[in-house]
Amino acid sequence: MSGQEERSINAMQQKTNGADNERISIRALDFFYGRVRALKNINLSINDRMVTAFIGPSGCGKSTLLRVLNRMYDLYPKQRAEGEVFFNGENILGPGIDVNLLRSRIGMVFQKPTPFPMTIYENIAFGIRLYEDLPKSEIDGRVESALQKAALWPEVKDILQTSGLSLSGGQQQRLCIARTVALRPDVILLDEPASALDPISTCKIEALIDELRSEFAIAIVTHNMQEAARVSQRVGFMYLGELVEFGETERIFTNPNDKRTHDYITGRFG
Amino acid sequence: MALCWSASLIGIGVLVIILGTLLVKGASGLSSVILVQDTPPPGAAGGLRNAIAGSLIMTSLGVVIGTPIGILAGTYMAEYGRYTRLTVIVRFINDILLSAPSIVIGLFVYTLMVRPAGHFSAIAGSVALAVLVIPIVVRTTENMLLLVPDQLREAAFAIGMPRSDVIRYVAYKAARAGMITGVLLAVARISGETAPLLFTALNNQFFSSDLNAPMASLPAVIFQFALSPYAEWQSLAWTGALIITAAVLVMSILARWLGSIGVDR
Repeated sequence: MSGQEERSINAMQQKTNGADNERISIRALDFFYGRVRALKNINLSINDRMVTAFIGPSGCGKSTLLRVLNRMYDLYPKQRAEGEVFFNGENILGPGIDVNLLRSRIGMVFQKPTPFPMTIYENIAFGIRLYEDLPKSEIDGRVESALQKAALWPEVKDILQTSGLSLSGGQQQRLCIARTVALRPDVILLDEPASALDPISTCKIEALIDELRSEFAIAIVTHNMQEAARVSQRVGFMYLGELVEFGETERIFTNPNDKRTHDYITGRFG
Repeated sequence: MALCWSASLIGIGVLVIILGTLLVKGASGLSSVILVQDTPPPGAAGGLRNAIAGSLIMTSLGVVIGTPIGILAGTYMAEYGRYTRLTVIVRFINDILLSAPSIVIGLFVYTLMVRPAGHFSAIAGSVALAVLVIPIVVRTTENMLLLVPDQLREAAFAIGMPRSDVIRYVAYKAARAGMITGVLLAVARISGETAPLLFTALNNQFFSSDLNAPMASLPAVIFQFALSPYAEWQSLAWTGALIITAAVLVMSILARWLGSIGVDR
């Protein structure tokens, strides 16, 4: 299946979903690390085919917010979320949610590249086989198209059977993106995906995010305000666990309503 | 500085003397006879076939019994129950077991298996060795799995992998070299153990592969022959000691080598 066909199918699905292209809707979300309240009454939505960026100083809760959306915090004791997060109409904080299935629908890419200790091919094929029973030829096709989308195919097409750990840092990160894209998730969460990379790799990743926007809902956390301005359509500024301001990227960066947002984007603190 | 220097010199010196003595006294007895003939009666010539075979059988059986238990327990502690009270308790008890005198473990298996059965047996010997293997494998498995970065686990969970797959295909793969090293260290440890075998497998003058009967082993034969007044027996004891030491040395070097591969990755 070519990229174009996939895109048109996605567009069709989009139409059937109606004009409202809200993928994730967060309502009155609080988050606690033990007794520490790390997120305070967060309300926002993440839309399909749009990049939503979260900026703010370290420890403001941006990464915590992302980790709520795929319930990654579940892995650790004493972390809990209160409130509601609707994903395709279902409250994912509610009981009876298949967390593994949820995570296959809401992919995540981390700050540090984390290829699995397997071949490049297996790094991508493993996740596909988890929830889809496909013949090998079809998996081969999915692996190739995922690597194409992650702009990694030309570099690895002859070394698919070597270890994913043998790639460079930037390539490893694109492999991780390919691994996520291959599952055809509805949402992709990016937790500072370029901050551990050199400028050229960062540039490639940013171009990639812009490409992926045509198919997925993307939420990205970044320290780097220029990056947020370059890749996103909507921005949320977070400070001390609060969502201070949320809106169109252009407006936030040119004409913020809140003084704290203004101070942060003009570099007064952070 | 001088004190440290001389202390380390003494350490190395003792090792060199031990290895040297073993080589000088044991090498003369090394021949194919060792492998084909059983331990002789006093005053006659013979080999160590029954003892070598016995050691191999009981050591492998001990590892086969002990390793899965150790790996599963270590996996629970590092993966499933990392934050539970049970893990803290098991870790504490495991550390005690790790340094428990092996003669105590021999006596434990004696009362548990030999007394009720009414006779010594190779299987009892293997169980005693397995009890020695378990704490070593538990410790290394837990430690090696804890060295696998949580980020890697999170990445695996993030594509929707169930926990069992995360452990099998990601954590075990990343910790493999270290875990194998742990098993090899356990093999090296038990292949030289005498005390637990004296109470369980006892010894046997003849070749036996019956797990329900007493079985010879290199350490037990060395113990018996070295204390005897017969020159042939004493020389066989030296040769046996050389064989064990060489085997343990090879195992330790192999473990080191595998460990270093693990670090490089």
